[in-house]
Amino acid sequence: MLYRDVCIVGAGPAGLAAAIEAGKAGASVLLVDLNMRPGGQLFKQIHKFFGSSAHHSGTRGCTIGRQLLKEALDSGVEIWLQSTVIGFFPGNKIGIERGADHTEKQIVTVTAKKVIIATGATENAIRFEGWTAPGVMGAGAAQTMINVNHVRPGNKVVMLGSGNVGLIVSYQLMQAGCEVAALVEAAPKIGGYAVHAAKIRRAGVPILLRHTIVAAVKDPDGCVCGCNIAAVDDHFRPVPGTEETIDCDTITIAAGLKPTMDLVKLAGCALTFNPAFGGYVPLHSRRMETSRAGFFVAGDTTGVEEANTALEEGRIAGISAAEDLGLLSSREAGLMRGEIWTRLDSLRFGPFGLRRKTEKERILQAFESEIGTPQALS
Amino acid sequence: MDHRISEHVVLDCTPVGKEVEIIVDGQRIKAYEGEPILSALLAAGHRISRYTVKNKEPRGLYCGIGQCTDCAMTVDGQPNVRTCVTPVRDGMIIKTQHGLGKEV
Repeated sequence: MLYRDVCIVGAGPAGLAAAIEAGKAGASVLLVDLNMRPGGQLFKQIHKFFGSSAHHSGTRGCTIGRQLLKEALDSGVEIWLQSTVIGFFPGNKIGIERGADHTEKQIVTVTAKKVIIATGATENAIRFEGWTAPGVMGAGAAQTMINVNHVRPGNKVVMLGSGNVGLIVSYQLMQAGCEVAALVEAAPKIGGYAVHAAKIRRAGVPILLRHTIVAAVKDPDGCVCGCNIAAVDDHFRPVPGTEETIDCDTITIAAGLKPTMDLVKLAGCALTFNPAFGGYVPLHSRRMETSRAGFFVAGDTTGVEEANTALEEGRIAGISAAEDLGLLSSREAGLMRGEIWTRLDSLRFGPFGLRRKTEKERILQAFESEIGTPQALS
Repeated sequence: MDHRISEHVVLDCTPVGKEVEIIVDGQRIKAYEGEPILSALLAAGHRISRYTVKNKEPRGLYCGIGQCTDCAMTVDGQPNVRTCVTPVRDGMIIKTQHGLGKEV
């Protein structure tokens, strides 16, 4: 049996930040991630971040990822890759499956005094005829392929969804040498920032508002060779007679994300449904602790936002875990958290951010009124 | 047809791993050690990873981060290997998976 002070699940921005704070405070930290490399989705974010200098404005996500990783390793954090948490057992025992799929996998049990769940988010799907055909994929999947693996998933792409992911990934597909035939959006206006949309427009990509994808056209092998689109009415129903076919070999879906809740549910944490944050999210305190004592959450798992908020929430979770281990005084931890919450408020600002601030407050208040003090699971 | 990105305004696309060969359905293709198997397949134009159990429909890259299992293939005799999160090793034998991959 292995013993660690803190076990963190997910080595994205939230998990890495939590690991750094807990590690710096002197905790023994095990950071577990199922992927081949750490960093979560940071390494595919090759665009420069917005915001203040405290929040890496002008720095590319991949650069932030490298900095965080170095800081985590310098803080003595142990990282297990290709490792999947498969269960929580009484006595804070954590079941972890280790090894790549083609190897003989091992199940290892680790006992950790504190657990931080930072498993991120999952892309939403939009189902249309043929959506399971090879060539239809998540926009994030295409982004991973080009920016991390340096391979084009196809040559000619139709993007569905005009939120920031749809806009940014369209641009990055062009940077990678793909042709983006069109961006299709069911809503009457573009979902993401105008600055990203302008880049797409300048490159000559049509943004088709009030349109949707009706079907993927398949070649004899069953792979995508085109895309049928149609105009939609006010209830998002395709309008008969408006169908047209776009020639393409790839369809990417950017229909938002939802928090990855598998482990949060497995841990028995109390949940709430919050559309602004992408679906079910764990109730949590300002210390990022859930209804289950000793179980913390951070990042997109607590509601889909972006890398900087994930990072700050991760820091809070790491600090709180260290505080409960007696490695930081309540005063120290409280002061550190106060500064971070101020920075989080500056991130949850503006037309998109203020709603998230309001909704986050709602979740915190619901925790106070419904949970109050986290309880150990009997 | 090679889908690898050679020049990029932001990224340095010089391969990190050693150039090796893997065998996909009997055909030798170029790959780089340590990259996901799926990347090497897409670079070489292989889009189908597996056929589903009941309807025998093709599947390929969907999520790219080990969650959806659409890119599962048979690797060195082991079925259901998620090729998007499994790194290339020299000489790996990869097969398009039919159903649960029991008839290896």
